Amino acid sequence: MKVLIPSPLRSYTGESEVEAEGATMAALLLDLDRRYPGLRFRMIDEQGRMRRHMRFFVNGEQTFDMMRPLTPADSVQIVQALSGG
Amino acid sequence: MARTARKPVKKASAKPRAKGPLLLVATRKGAWIFKGDTARRKWETDGPHFLGHIINHLMLDPRDGKTLLAAASTGHLGPTLFRSTDFGKHWSEAKRPPAFAKGANGNGRSVKHTFWLTPAHENEPGVWYAGTSPQGIFRSEDGGESWEPFSVVNDDPTYRGWMGTEQDGTPDGPKLHSFIVDPRDPKHLYFGMSGGGFHESTDGGKSFAPLIDGMEVVEGFDAANVAFHDPHCVRLCPSNPDRLYQQNHCGIYRLDRPSRTWTRIGNAMPKRVGDIGFPMVVHPRNADTCWVFPMDGTTVWPRTSPDGKPAAYVTRNGGKTWKRQSAGLPDAQAWWTVKRQAMTNDARDPIGLYLGTTQGELWASRDEGESWRAVARHLPEIYAVEAAEGS
Repeated sequence: MKVLIPSPLRSYTGESEVEAEGATMAALLLDLDRRYPGLRFRMIDEQGRMRRHMRFFVNGEQTFDMMRPLTPADSVQIVQALSGG
Repeated sequence: MARTARKPVKKASAKPRAKGPLLLVATRKGAWIFKGDTARRKWETDGPHFLGHIINHLMLDPRDGKTLLAAASTGHLGPTLFRSTDFGKHWSEAKRPPAFAKGANGNGRSVKHTFWLTPAHENEPGVWYAGTSPQGIFRSEDGGESWEPFSVVNDDPTYRGWMGTEQDGTPDGPKLHSFIVDPRDPKHLYFGMSGGGFHESTDGGKSFAPLIDGMEVVEGFDAANVAFHDPHCVRLCPSNPDRLYQQNHCGIYRLDRPSRTWTRIGNAMPKRVGDIGFPMVVHPRNADTCWVFPMDGTTVWPRTSPDGKPAAYVTRNGGKTWKRQSAGLPDAQAWWTVKRQAMTNDARDPIGLYLGTTQGELWASRDEGESWRAVARHLPEIYAVEAAEGS
């Protein structure tokens, strides 16, 4: 499926949109980390919690559920809120 | 606590060098490397590295003279470490950055940033220690590529109690800092926590014990409670590793081992300046000499230079007397200060002193603080400055 990558993480992927696989959000993030080592830890902490200001959307709808099912036809957008100075 | 026989200390060399020192500058928005000439008059600017990333500490491995580690936390992204073996031409990310063990029911802690990097003993090449926010210790045995939780401290209930909550710590998070390895004995370790006191291990980190006797705490609190202690920066004297100096939330202290009781030597500072601050710098060859950079710790803790007049203070007699050193620094209306990792020295003769300010200025002295000159201005807020000798 297609995954949109926010600009702060493009140093890992080299491009704004990449292909990855996974039957759930959690599996998708693990696959992304296999393809782009280190990427997942910048978004998900060591306790499995989404980091502050990191947001995930599936087909335009926000999800906080790492077990949300995904299909190859879905598109996932990863967004980092821009805040602070 | 039993103390084992230790190797004699090797004196820091002040021999003339073919190259100038390096200054490794970590800031709120990236890192810079300043390359000095042998006279330490001219400085070449190399940077920014990691523009826009928060770099908490940038350290060169003194054992190989070429491995740089950068502790990064990058806005809203999770923390990581970068590594270079060619003085920053190329960087690669740590394969496993410091991360706490998984807690039961998802209640474990997460590293917000790596704050402090310490190369281990010279006989342990490739080994590093890291202190984090919130307080934790991590160790790498492969030159900073992968990190594992170290010691009992991270999860010990007593230590966790002394660490307090994130609301008890410094404004940008409680920190584990001042991780020190005795140059005579790799198993003799110290570290400090803001807050949570100062601690010692003589068994390579299998166990630690508080070392807080004589240290004062904020008025009205119980000094016997480790949680109330806030060491800001502790340094061991390379020329006499039995002597430590400390800049604390509540004064300046000296400890001469095997004593376990700190002596407040900051009482000899001028009363109008006080003895509150963050950095502590020790002379590499003279254990009676150290420097502090006081800040305004009165009322609401403005954290500026006292009266807007920045100055270093030096003692050359172990803290009996202090001398102001401000020549070249602004005379007035300079409302910056210096963070705990942002003042350091080289080992040349006379030693060079360097400091980075909260307003992004880098200052140098090539005469042990007698006069100061700005090396750079308009950098981002400076978090850490290290002097290094490249190979």
